[in-house]
Amino acid sequence: MSWLLVYPIIIPLLTGVLAYLFRNSPAGRWISVAGTVALLMASIMLMAEVLEQGVVAAQMSNWQAPFGITLVADLLGGVMVVITAITGLATVIYTLSEIPERMERLGFHALLQMLMVGVVGAFLTGDLFNLYVWFEVMLISSFGLLVLGGTREQLDGGIKYVMLNLVSTIMFLAGIGLLYGLTGTLNMADLHLAVRGVENTGLLTTIAVMFMVAFGVKAAMFPLFFWLPASYHTPPVAVSAIFAGLLTKVGVYALIRMFTLIFDQDVAFTHTILLWLAVVTMVTGVLGAAAMNDFRRILSFHIISQIGYMVLGLALYTPLGLMGAVFYLVHHIIVKANLFFVAGVAKRIAGSTDLARIGGLYAHAPLLAFLFLIPAFSLAGFPPLSGFWAKYVVVKAALDLEMWFVAGVALGVGLLTIFSMTKIWGSAFWPAHPDGIKPRLSDLPTFDRVALMLPIVALAALTCLIGLFPEPFVQFAERSANQLLDPTDYVTTVLGVQP
Amino acid sequence: MQSLILTTTTRLLAALLLMFSIYALLRGHNLPGGGFIGGLIGATAFILYTIATSVDEARAALRIDPSNLAILGVGVAALAGLGAGFAGDPFFTGQWLFLFQDGDSYIPLSTVLVFDIGVYMAVFGGILTLVFAMEQEI
Repeated sequence: MSWLLVYPIIIPLLTGVLAYLFRNSPAGRWISVAGTVALLMASIMLMAEVLEQGVVAAQMSNWQAPFGITLVADLLGGVMVVITAITGLATVIYTLSEIPERMERLGFHALLQMLMVGVVGAFLTGDLFNLYVWFEVMLISSFGLLVLGGTREQLDGGIKYVMLNLVSTIMFLAGIGLLYGLTGTLNMADLHLAVRGVENTGLLTTIAVMFMVAFGVKAAMFPLFFWLPASYHTPPVAVSAIFAGLLTKVGVYALIRMFTLIFDQDVAFTHTILLWLAVVTMVTGVLGAAAMNDFRRILSFHIISQIGYMVLGLALYTPLGLMGAVFYLVHHIIVKANLFFVAGVAKRIAGSTDLARIGGLYAHAPLLAFLFLIPAFSLAGFPPLSGFWAKYVVVKAALDLEMWFVAGVALGVGLLTIFSMTKIWGSAFWPAHPDGIKPRLSDLPTFDRVALMLPIVALAALTCLIGLFPEPFVQFAERSANQLLDPTDYVTTVLGVQP
Repeated sequence: MQSLILTTTTRLLAALLLMFSIYALLRGHNLPGGGFIGGLIGATAFILYTIATSVDEARAALRIDPSNLAILGVGVAALAGLGAGFAGDPFFTGQWLFLFQDGDSYIPLSTVLVFDIGVYMAVFGGILTLVFAMEQEI
């Protein structure tokens, strides 16, 4: 049974190795596809086990917790792995058409698989130092993907990205050191118990804020978000899409994990900081997006704004709030990756992502226009799409606490989101193309058309599915939120029979 | 740079360094040494050879692309962890085989050693990938 937790990490690792060895032949990309399908199956198996058992844990090398490395999946961890696999598969299929052979020869697919190793590892680890290692795996492979190809623009974005992320990683490492000095353990379940006996609560709060800064950079929260819009529009679209879907969300996941499991001592202080940061993050993100005129740049700023909603759910720290955060996390990964995919197709057929230089997509590619509307409306929170339920739960949680201002801001940001989406619609889809090009999907070769549109259709269908039948997803998010607020099950499963 | 002294000595030293790197790798489990340090020593042999001759000759002498060697090392290390599955143990549990046991003397073989060999290949290949790339730039 413990192997169920290992497969989602080892499958992309071995796939990456094989894909690199076969990087000079077409076999490499198909190995990458097959490996990601296997990852999806393994993650669904793990999810089934988690749904049955509640929490699943495994001790690597048979070293008992808290001394060895623990892998653990609760409902949140499990669903994040499934979503990672889905986004990964969509991205790999998309790359079949988008990534030139030159980049494949440089080991593109191996880097993509290693990125997934890092992301899945971060979701499944039950050890703080191990989490740091997975962050590093993720950082290095994402840096590789960002600069692969080596254009000036990419290097510029890549340097900004890696510099700020290194600062965050060092902050994270320093926090780990201090926490270890204070408690003598780094196993997260053990830490949950150990921090209750700490006398120096002032230092503990300081450490909590250090972690907040470290993960805040990763999650692109205000005021440390500027690396994201500086880098996300430079690499190939498939890479932007998987980054937009997954990377910042790992930061949010780490925040949720740390600030429910370990740093729940001084909620009045830490979670109030999180609350106001979340509010400012929402507003700055959406205002930044309103000022942009490039398809991918607008979307990048919207990531920041949406991160605000997730952190808001965590900061409210009620069952309903956390439920909203979990729901939002899952919904947003699907929607955001999908919007980037649409931007990629628009670039391919209309020639650019600069909104002033494209147009005519509605007249000549109505299918693409329709498939843009689904994630765009979902992002803005239109019923009956997934984003509506996500926003509804978060805002309801704020209203229950009688935080009128916060709820008002959350709704206002939703309105401004519609404004940006209308702007994209109003310049990329509605008017005629300024150069007189007719951007038709049917001009693409059949293989490319299938490889580009299949992920978009599938993710849009998933958004509609969550939107039209929210009941099981809401129930799941509710169970997950209760599990986060009362981690007894998590702790006992990891530590065995101990209380 | 061509130096007769360096080229002649390198032939001798490179062989010695390679042999010593294997020695460091094999004694690594209970004594100082191991895959990482062994890989570094092994890479030194080829770096010396590169300086004495040229990158192309060093590549030819290595026969296999160093970046392939490095990623193979990662694969070997992962497979060493999978080995525990056949014994029904959790991932990465060390599996031991004691050959020719006779009183206190025996030859211990283990998946830990396989893991170390993977690390050796990864470090060896990784370092050489970097060095070859940088030597070619210069």
